[in-house]
Amino acid sequence: MEKQVAQHIEKPGHSYGKYIVVWLALLTLTAITAVVAGVNLGEVTIAVALIIASIKSYLVLTVFMHLNVESKPFKIFVLVALFFLIVSIVLLFSDFSNM
Amino acid sequence: MASDATAVTHNSEPSYLDYKGKHKGIFAWILSTDHKRIGILYLVALMSWFLVGMTLGVLIRLKLLMPGDFLVGPQTYNAFFTLHGVIMLFIFVIPGIPAVFGNFFLPIMLGAKDVAFPRLNLLSWYLYIIGGALIIAAIFLPGGAPDTGWTFYIPYSVRTSTNMIITLSAVFILGFSSILTGLNFVTTIHRLRAPGMGWFKMPLFSWGLYATGWIQIIVTPIIGITLLLVIIERVFGVGLFDPSLGGDPILFQHLFWIYSHPAVYIMAVPAMGVISEIIPTFSQRTIFGYKFIAYSSLAIAVFGSLVWAHHMFAVGMSDTGEFVFSLLTFLVAIPSAVKVFNWTATLYKGSISLDPPMLYALAFIFLFTIGGLTGIIQGALSVDIHLTDTYFIVGHIHYVVFGTAGFGIFAALHYWLPKMIGKMYNIKKAKAAFWVIFVGFNILYFPFFILGWLGMPRRSYNYLPEYQVYHVIATVGSWIMVAGILFMLYNLLRSVFSGEKVTARNLWGGETLEWTVPTPPPLENYEEIPNVVDGPYEYKQNDIVEEV
Amino acid sequence: MSTQEHTAAAHVHRDDIGSRMGMWLFLFTELVLFGGLFFMYSVYRYLHHQDFYIAARSMNVFIGTTNTVILLTSSLTIALSIVAMQNGKKILSLILQGTTVIFGLVFLVNKYFEWMAEIHHGNFPGSPELLSQPPGHILFFGLYYVMTGLHGLHVIIGMVIIMIMMRFTMKDVITPDQTVKLEAAGLYWHLVDIIWIFLFPLFYLIT
Repeated sequence: MEKQVAQHIEKPGHSYGKYIVVWLALLTLTAITAVVAGVNLGEVTIAVALIIASIKSYLVLTVFMHLNVESKPFKIFVLVALFFLIVSIVLLFSDFSNM
Repeated sequence: MASDATAVTHNSEPSYLDYKGKHKGIFAWILSTDHKRIGILYLVALMSWFLVGMTLGVLIRLKLLMPGDFLVGPQTYNAFFTLHGVIMLFIFVIPGIPAVFGNFFLPIMLGAKDVAFPRLNLLSWYLYIIGGALIIAAIFLPGGAPDTGWTFYIPYSVRTSTNMIITLSAVFILGFSSILTGLNFVTTIHRLRAPGMGWFKMPLFSWGLYATGWIQIIVTPIIGITLLLVIIERVFGVGLFDPSLGGDPILFQHLFWIYSHPAVYIMAVPAMGVISEIIPTFSQRTIFGYKFIAYSSLAIAVFGSLVWAHHMFAVGMSDTGEFVFSLLTFLVAIPSAVKVFNWTATLYKGSISLDPPMLYALAFIFLFTIGGLTGIIQGALSVDIHLTDTYFIVGHIHYVVFGTAGFGIFAALHYWLPKMIGKMYNIKKAKAAFWVIFVGFNILYFPFFILGWLGMPRRSYNYLPEYQVYHVIATVGSWIMVAGILFMLYNLLRSVFSGEKVTARNLWGGETLEWTVPTPPPLENYEEIPNVVDGPYEYKQNDIVEEV
Repeated sequence: MSTQEHTAAAHVHRDDIGSRMGMWLFLFTELVLFGGLFFMYSVYRYLHHQDFYIAARSMNVFIGTTNTVILLTSSLTIALSIVAMQNGKKILSLILQGTTVIFGLVFLVNKYFEWMAEIHHGNFPGSPELLSQPPGHILFFGLYYVMTGLHGLHVIIGMVIIMIMMRFTMKDVITPDQTVKLEAAGLYWHLVDIIWIFLFPLFYLIT
């Protein structure tokens, strides 16, 4: 059951700091992706790029979008949406990858 | 359910119909954010469109009395079945029960004063009306009515000179309306349940609307982007589906059905929710296996999103793909079967009253069983290679879609309309109309299975002489069914204007919260939000049965 | 549990958690809208691996990377604008909101120049140069224009939403005690950023 006590989310101390730290991490990860792309690792390059993109998205979701301080239903919702996307693409490829 | 207080509303408070707010006349309705008025607005629009879709069906059946050139030409015939599908699916059954009865009753059944986002609710209705208006435009503007079938398959949807862009825009806007309704209901169910109403004390209609809301939110955007791409291809020549530009028409079909298969559960699951309300009331017994029915709604939503390519078994997919989708298709039948078993078990040793809502609910179970079983037949790859794109499919879809969503709407009308307007229809006439509809329905649609088995293709203007006898039988069945439907609607419409006034709160002996508020309900439903103690469907009969 | 215990007595119904929930659900629809395009990209890239690789060589990695940095920073500014408002710093919040809009504008200007360059090179739908290329090449650019175009449209929508929030801030509709509208606007903007986070490697970094 959700806690209904606070009508708005409590952010500890309303600090600017953690957003700036995450932003720096995002810039660093972007730089890493760009550098890795320059190195020819074949298929691994795109896999690395997508993994880094996922990490960046995770940071945006949890910190910038406050998913980490929202109640449990919100987190389940995001998993449901992701589950749908992943399962659909896997099933789609069950057709196309076996032609 | 036994609340520890019946809903406190003074009978001197005006009903939502008589309430005088800041707007006058028609504006008091079309600018209203009251979920009940919005439900009525949807009802009027929906039933008007239903008559249009039904007329198109009658016209199709008239043409099919004779093979070859008869009554209308092939272009017009193609437009008939395209519009019949687009109107019946996107404008009638998909908005259907959620837009009318979900809007009207969900807040009341949860013990709330309105939905979570009342203004967004009104926007949903505006988008619905705009979508419908665009379809009218598509029919009458030069270029002519769409003729691709409601599935808009590539390449014809790009190449046809009919009004495709308007039609596709209409469906896009209707999809947006559907998304906003789903979003509204999911939030309402999470946030606005009355104190004491945990998830497993909610009525099963809410569970149905919850599962449906999720399907609406998650899959509708897929058809949005797919149809948008067809528009883009028509306007800008970006050939993402065009084979001459490397595109894959099969990819269009995949994307189309990723929405359109779950869409049939948007049509069916709310109707199943209605049946889950009616069966306990008219058996005066608690529903058998409440939790199983609740979970089965969610299971249908999940599994129903994984089976889409069973619409594509004959297009040239890989063997692996076909095997996977066939297997998943068999699995999706399981939660539906759970519901049918539980409804039937609820009837056992119940105190059955065969009032009109119950007749439609029982018919629903019968028709859905036939429709569902024929679905399983189609799920078998080897059989489907022969049956796909034949009349067997047309028979299946009408048994499942009309049998669930259509009969669900008819059942809901007979159950809830008197509560909504405070007037009762003629019960005898309602029962007579029901039987005419039920008999006509089966005479119309059962021959389709035979036609399909014998090889009659769907959407075909012409046919071989050996099929004619079945077409004639079906067309006669359509006349019987339509006569019944018109009689049913006449009976209900008459009750709106001169029906016997009813003020009793509980018209049928139901145990959910809508039967505790005045008839018709006042503007804010409850003066005091009820405190819920028991679950829904707590009937005296339960104790008697358990003693056996 | 529900909010009704708190709101039944309240004259004005307010449910911040519900408002954010509604926005999150709406964001899922946007995610799936683009998801369909990502599905198509995946399938076509799988089927035309080599052509995609070659076509991507003409993409300008510098502009792409710059735009990524711009959007990431704009996400920072909108997030900080909420903190500023919660700390009672109305002017600072307004400046941060405005900065976000300006970043969006710079992003769009960059995109405009990028599109103009591609069109100048003959890489646009229906052009003879593009049509003479192998199918995978044509598909790559089709997806490029549709996906970045649709994304750009959402950047514009996001900018409009934030400008409306700026007006609400000025009119004290958004206050330190009532930030949910700004939070919802921020959520929308962050999603637009996340979509770009995935678009960037798929179009610019697959060489």
